[in-house]
Amino acid sequence: MLFLRQAWTVAQKDLRSEFRTKEALNASLSFALVILLLFSFAFDPTAEMTREISGGLLWLVFAFAGALLLNRSFARELENDCLDVLVVSPVPAAALFLGKALANYILLLGIEAVCLPVFGVFYNADWTRQPAWLAIVILLATWGITIIGTMFSALTVNLRLRELMLPMLVYPMLIPCLMAAMQLTTALMAGQAPSGDQLAWVRMLVGFDIIFTALSVALVETVLIG
Amino acid sequence: MTALSVENVWKYYGDFPALRGISFEARQGACVALLGRNGAGKTTLLRILAGLSRPTRGSVRVFGRDCLDAEVRRQTGLIGHGIGIYDELSAYENLRLFAALYGVKDPRRAAMEWLERTGLERVRDGLVREFSRGMRQRLAVARAFLHRPSLLLLDEPFTALDDRAIALLQGLLKESLAGGATVVMSTHQLREALELATHVALIVKGRLAHAGERTAEMLEDPGWLYRTYGEA
Repeated sequence: MLFLRQAWTVAQKDLRSEFRTKEALNASLSFALVILLLFSFAFDPTAEMTREISGGLLWLVFAFAGALLLNRSFARELENDCLDVLVVSPVPAAALFLGKALANYILLLGIEAVCLPVFGVFYNADWTRQPAWLAIVILLATWGITIIGTMFSALTVNLRLRELMLPMLVYPMLIPCLMAAMQLTTALMAGQAPSGDQLAWVRMLVGFDIIFTALSVALVETVLIG
Repeated sequence: MTALSVENVWKYYGDFPALRGISFEARQGACVALLGRNGAGKTTLLRILAGLSRPTRGSVRVFGRDCLDAEVRRQTGLIGHGIGIYDELSAYENLRLFAALYGVKDPRRAAMEWLERTGLERVRDGLVREFSRGMRQRLAVARAFLHRPSLLLLDEPFTALDDRAIALLQGLLKESLAGGATVVMSTHQLREALELATHVALIVKGRLAHAGERTAEMLEDPGWLYRTYGEA
């Protein structure tokens, strides 16, 4: 209980800071919207093409937007040496990490919630055909992006080229998660509920989230203290 | 009672030994002034004591426990090189946050009490980024003391402080020492540090050159220690 309260305190702090400065939020959201807009100019999205590319395009946008957002997660703690003060506090490193991941998760979900209808308008895509399944896929895949991104944000926080390093490290790690999310989203946009082989992708997302959450929680103290 | 025990601590950065077999003890209620030239290893040692870095060899025990233990952390207060407060939060939000993180019973009350003690109650809702340097420093002092730590680790605490913040910090340190807290502070401001110190530890190139009680001779002539035990 104390662990969860500590994690929530850290998450609240991050959310309050971000809503006040809107640094990462504005950059990430505008970047996502600009990519969606530019892609819609790049080709004339017919119904058939939209059906084929919807999953891939949407998750690439979410992944790019996520990298911008997640870069700031631990970097914001460098100002005034706040990271040192947090690490020295009695809050376990795992609670600190999960608090930060939770704040990132909420912010990224917010960005996705704005991008999804915009995607529908620009690409004439009906994303409401399987709303429950789409919500499940978004919740699972976004947690995967968040957990990996937050962990690598901690790992690269002291690197001078962290803005470059984070995407270079995160995207290869995210391949299984993004593949599953793209496959499922493409099918869901076409109105097909996951069944048979498609359910294996859902199981992969669940497994990915569990494995990387457990690994991150176990390793974060070593990452932060060395 | 021994509050802090440092045993044969070595720290390497690559091949470079920043600390070479440091050992000393501090009893409860002691104030240890950690002295040494720039690059001697004072900050490295303080970071290890605070649990921010692990020693390559050797061990640190605080109140008989590992310094990474959550209970030890709850009893430790740190003032490092940075002020350790969030610019985009208000003074009150900062103190309430740290009170909550340290498990202080009533974080709101503790935050208000320390805002009053540091003379910041009138600007409680002001964002820290709008504060003057002196106000930020006083808030940082409040942040380090609000959970009433039994061990205070201070890295150059008097550097860049204004008169008001120095007086506040000295007052709080005296109060904490009278209450039985242990203080370890690294500093170049010998006079301020030696006035408070009960013990001194001089580090020269990562080695402990001298550790012992602070004598009247040191107080009269702060440079004596460096001339006697330091580098030529």
